[in-house]
Amino acid sequence: MQTRLKRFRFERMLDLLLPLIAVVGALIIGAVILVLLDKNPLDAYQAMITGAFANKNGLADTLVKATPLLLVGLGIVIAFRASVINIGAEGQLIVGAMLTTYLALELGEALPGFVVIIICLLAGSFIGGVWAAIPGYLKARLGVNEILSTIMMNQIAIQISFFLLRGPMIDPAEIEAGTNIPHSARLPKATDLPRFTDVARWLGFPGSAKDLGLTGFSKELYGLLVEPTRLHTGLLIAIIMAILVYVFLWRTTIGYRIRAVGLNPSASRYAGIDVPGYTVLSMALSGAFAGLAGAVEILGLHHRMFEPLAVSAGYGFSGIVVALFGKLHPLGAIPSSLLFGGLLVGGDKMQRAVQVPQVLVTALLGLVVLFVVSSEIWSRRRASRRVSTQSIPETTS
Amino acid sequence: MAKNNLLPSGLPRIESMEMRGIVKRFPGVLANDHVDFDVKAGEIHALLGENGAGKSTLMKILYGLYQPNAGEILLNGQPIHIHSPADSIRYGIGMIHQHFMLVDSLTVAENVALGLKSSREPRLDLDRVTTRIRELSKNYGLQVDPDAYVSQLAVGQQQRVEIIKALYRGAALLVLDEPTAVLTPQEVDDLFAILRQMAQDGHALIFISHKLHEILDLTDRVTVLRDGKVIGTRLTAEVTKEDLARMMVGRDILLERVRPPATVGEVRLKLDRVTAVNDDGAPVLRNVSLEVRSSEIVGVAGVSGNGQRQLAEVIAGLWPVTEGRIFLEGREVTNLPPAEMLEAGLSYIPEERMHDGALKEFSVAENLILQDHIREPYSKGIFLDFRHIARHAQEMIRKFDIKTPSQETPLKNLSGGNIQKLILARELARKPRVLIAAQPTRGVDIGATEYIHNQLLQQRAEGLATLLISEDLDEIRALSDRIIVMFGGEIMGIVDNDQTTVEELGLMMAGEKKDLQSLGVAR
Repeated sequence: MQTRLKRFRFERMLDLLLPLIAVVGALIIGAVILVLLDKNPLDAYQAMITGAFANKNGLADTLVKATPLLLVGLGIVIAFRASVINIGAEGQLIVGAMLTTYLALELGEALPGFVVIIICLLAGSFIGGVWAAIPGYLKARLGVNEILSTIMMNQIAIQISFFLLRGPMIDPAEIEAGTNIPHSARLPKATDLPRFTDVARWLGFPGSAKDLGLTGFSKELYGLLVEPTRLHTGLLIAIIMAILVYVFLWRTTIGYRIRAVGLNPSASRYAGIDVPGYTVLSMALSGAFAGLAGAVEILGLHHRMFEPLAVSAGYGFSGIVVALFGKLHPLGAIPSSLLFGGLLVGGDKMQRAVQVPQVLVTALLGLVVLFVVSSEIWSRRRASRRVSTQSIPETTS
Repeated sequence: MAKNNLLPSGLPRIESMEMRGIVKRFPGVLANDHVDFDVKAGEIHALLGENGAGKSTLMKILYGLYQPNAGEILLNGQPIHIHSPADSIRYGIGMIHQHFMLVDSLTVAENVALGLKSSREPRLDLDRVTTRIRELSKNYGLQVDPDAYVSQLAVGQQQRVEIIKALYRGAALLVLDEPTAVLTPQEVDDLFAILRQMAQDGHALIFISHKLHEILDLTDRVTVLRDGKVIGTRLTAEVTKEDLARMMVGRDILLERVRPPATVGEVRLKLDRVTAVNDDGAPVLRNVSLEVRSSEIVGVAGVSGNGQRQLAEVIAGLWPVTEGRIFLEGREVTNLPPAEMLEAGLSYIPEERMHDGALKEFSVAENLILQDHIREPYSKGIFLDFRHIARHAQEMIRKFDIKTPSQETPLKNLSGGNIQKLILARELARKPRVLIAAQPTRGVDIGATEYIHNQLLQQRAEGLATLLISEDLDEIRALSDRIIVMFGGEIMGIVDNDQTTVEELGLMMAGEKKDLQSLGVAR
């Protein structure tokens, strides 16, 4: 009995550590590639880690990238919990960003900034939700595979954006200059999401780490929060959302139903739950978070809309990994998004430091994804084997 | 008795098969703990035990599907090693599974030839197979037409095809895993006659069942397993049902159900000429009319797959009614969605409890509020109230004797009987007006069965109208006031339980319609 308990604890530990082991495994294989390229993997990884986490600008960039990753990841968590697969977060993020840009340009001068910001955040979520609800509805009512339909919706979003950015929404300055680069005008300043430094100044913190005589990492941390960096309050929105999603999924009747539908649609139907309705709802919520990510990226970071795939930046796909890496738990997605934000930033820094091709960074991220996903499958299979062997005497006569 | 050592199939007999000290461990479970078991030529040896007692594991070891951790198997005194089903077939061991392994769209001969090497590879040699089947059916008195399509055969005949298949492959020892579960009473009698004859001819037979009267009827010896251990091996002639039940469960079990007389009340559930079709448009229910009254248990008997499941589902709002009407307490509820049926006072215990009745990843507490989580006191607004949910769970666990470490335990860690008790608790806690109980004790141990039966009778005394759907005729007979027999989606007859016989029910189960004039329900 004692050893069984120990074994159980060990397996729980292993399940929790598995994602980290997967990352280390991916880095080891990456190291092999680096050695083959005649680069010192230790130098490369050192550049990566210090680049992403060691100073205020690196940290700020990591957090800036973690923000959309977390928001998209939260949506993916909801979808997975309802047993639908949303591969369309890219498109949902893009339509969210487009509508945000449009509204901010239209209303930015007419209304107070914070009102416009709230309208834009809500509208971005709404359109993202609609964009995802369409494949959700097709799946629930007609049985259309949501993986295919969400990918197709991505293409539609991208092409519509190009059309609008080359035509109705193009920056008038571009037409004047004759360069015709497809991007929108800069949004009114009043619609910018406050940066951390703005908030700090507003709260009356001393403007720089030097004034307080801080040194080392604490200086960088203080700098991160107070000095001018790209870090904006979208991060706070994302973290609050993570907590809200947790409460929503585990403390509300709607969350209960979403999880029930995801785990066992048949038993849910028998219990009187409207399974197709909840499928559509989960998909819509999933898309709303991607749309919100789009709105936050525009208002917090880019302040204008440009090439859609550069705005979405693959977050729609990386968000899936963030969700899986976070064990499909909204709070787990927080550290998970930090890690992947760090990998993205650190990868860039590594590329510059040891002069490896850009594709190697992409390959490294791909390896991490591969390891994480397969470790996830492995641990799930182990779990089911655990259950099935335990229940052998139960289910057979 | 065969004078020489050959069986009617022309093959040598297995004089004895002995399993000695078999140990089989699964992570965390000792499925077989030094099990000794043997069978001799000419003998029918019953293997009896609750779910999880280790019967299946033992037989899978004999059939080469599992390797034991310790112990040996002796055939005619010689130790043998069985690494795969192919090995076991070569040694002359055959297995008849509870679910037939036949291809419906092929003939009997084709089914028998399936998977065997033909004498004229790569071409089939069905003629030789057909001749051999004729020979075997003659020698064994098994009437099977080799050219008939399996889809045209009745269930009892399909089972004979399985037996022929095993004999064709040279089985001298046959393992029959719950062979009567799918048969009508008459088919059971026929099967027993065949099995007795086979034993007399020198076959060794292992008969797995949990129906005690069948074991007393048919077998020579009986071995009882409990928690992976042999509790005892007895001569069947020297034991009673009560002895066997006690050996199985480890305590005294009341096998007889006391169904006190009850005065039935108003009509709670009424079906008026209900017809339903499947996806292909073929009818699965035809003109089904019935009534269930307050303080009444109406049993629905029938061989599996004759519309019982659809009957339950049309009432629960899960399967659309194409014609006819359904009334709950006088109100028409035809084709209302499941949520509204639940609201109207219907509770439903589905036959596939893990698939349709509960979520194995959810905790005990969460499973107990599957329908009612949107109601007070389990939630206020959209927020769940965990204090009330936990209190409710504790109350149910206590009241319905659900054995679980805590209310937070995931359901998958509970035994089948306890999961069924949980579903029963949940459905009864809703204070239903009508209960549909489909196979409420299938795969449930005797102790839990006793409990569930008593609960159903208790609810009957308190006025509940219950439609009990079961393939276990003993269960139907023990609990029902009236019995409906279904065949091919139609009602063959509605009879008073106290005025019918197993023979009459058996005939109806086989598709013989009872004189319509004498049906218990008007119109």
